[in-house]
Amino acid sequence: MSNAKDERRPAGELEAAVMAALWAAGAPLTAGRVQTELGSQLARTTVTTILTRLHEKGVVGRERQGRGYVYFPVQDAPGLTARRMHSELDRDTDRETVLARFVAQLSPDDEQLLRQLLEGDEQ
Amino acid sequence: MTALLLVPLFLPFLAPTLARRTLGRLTPVTALWVLTTSAMALASACVAALGALVLTGLLKLPAFAALGELVHPLRTPSDFLVVPAAMAATGVLTLSVWTLARSALGQARVFRTARTQADRYPAAGDLCVIDSPHPDAYALPGRPHRIVVTSAMLRSLGPAEREALFAHERAHNQAGHHYFLAAAELAAHCHPALRTIRATIRLAAERAADEAAATVLGDRRLIATAIARAALAGQASRSTRPDFVPAATTGPVPQRVAALLQPSERCSRATRFTALLLAACAVLSVGAGATGVLAFHHQVEIAQGEESH
Repeated sequence: MSNAKDERRPAGELEAAVMAALWAAGAPLTAGRVQTELGSQLARTTVTTILTRLHEKGVVGRERQGRGYVYFPVQDAPGLTARRMHSELDRDTDRETVLARFVAQLSPDDEQLLRQLLEGDEQ
Repeated sequence: MTALLLVPLFLPFLAPTLARRTLGRLTPVTALWVLTTSAMALASACVAALGALVLTGLLKLPAFAALGELVHPLRTPSDFLVVPAAMAATGVLTLSVWTLARSALGQARVFRTARTQADRYPAAGDLCVIDSPHPDAYALPGRPHRIVVTSAMLRSLGPAEREALFAHERAHNQAGHHYFLAAAELAAHCHPALRTIRATIRLAAERAADEAAATVLGDRRLIATAIARAALAGQASRSTRPDFVPAATTGPVPQRVAALLQPSERCSRATRFTALLLAACAVLSVGAGATGVLAFHHQVEIAQGEESH
């Protein structure tokens, strides 16, 4: 991906990507580490701007470390309600019908077939 | 008249095979439209035919005949045929309405819960993360659109694969796939054979979102790997679930991955024609149903003395 292409993406998509990187890391990250974790060519200043905006929204917490900050996703009361929502949804087996899920359940045959497809593709 | 009304009740049994063929031969977006429209047409023809049969049976009863201002008895093939048919139709229609109402209420509740909770949670862009050890992700339609993803899902994917997942879910929301899924659900409750079509419509919606994501990111292989990795990660955490029931046929996920690993191909006019058999089947069903209902209406008017034989 080119530098220009990443910088041109809508702000919402960039925020989502940064947030996803913080959650995926599972540990507080500096702006520089977030930039590396994103695997894209975003400028460091862009990443810092996004992190500051997310911090102002209250979805990202930060702590001072050395000369800069480390950032982490906020998991407080709203996080708890989200968890409750997920368990509520999990109970309903029919939810696939209104909510389009990324992946459906696999049968053992599916699992084997999927591994074969991936291996075949890698060769 | 009664024979024509039976056509919409039996034609849907041809639909599952035709639906699978349609999805295999058309582009996912076209297939999604053809499948959903056909399913809706087949379902409404079926409901109209059942309704006409129920009314025929009711008008055989003296009380209802008086209520319908019939001056002559309604002319039907034979009471031995019409009365059991009408009773069966009443039973089937009542059952359909009941299961549909139950499913609609349940789904509305699930959707409302998901929506209110996602609205309460401050989102990063359109992303709503749930801290959960189960890898899961879904598109939440409504205003504004949201993508709900668990932390376990984010951890099981690489940066590029996460972008693939987001692109897939955004495609669902932008194309309004939830309307198609709701229509499929509605159709599935009208006729048992349309339940299989519901699964095919779901697969078509996923395929359409996969292809849209592949176009956005310009990499089909990346979408394929992301789907496969997400599915296998989900499998590892789900295998302990006691309610897991293995499916007999190849599930939707390997089909999607296999389709993405193939180069995209343009389909010829001949294969498109074969695929449109489903649409033809739906048109035939609606035609027969409409003719049957009109014939029934004509018979009622004759019985009411409004028209001469």
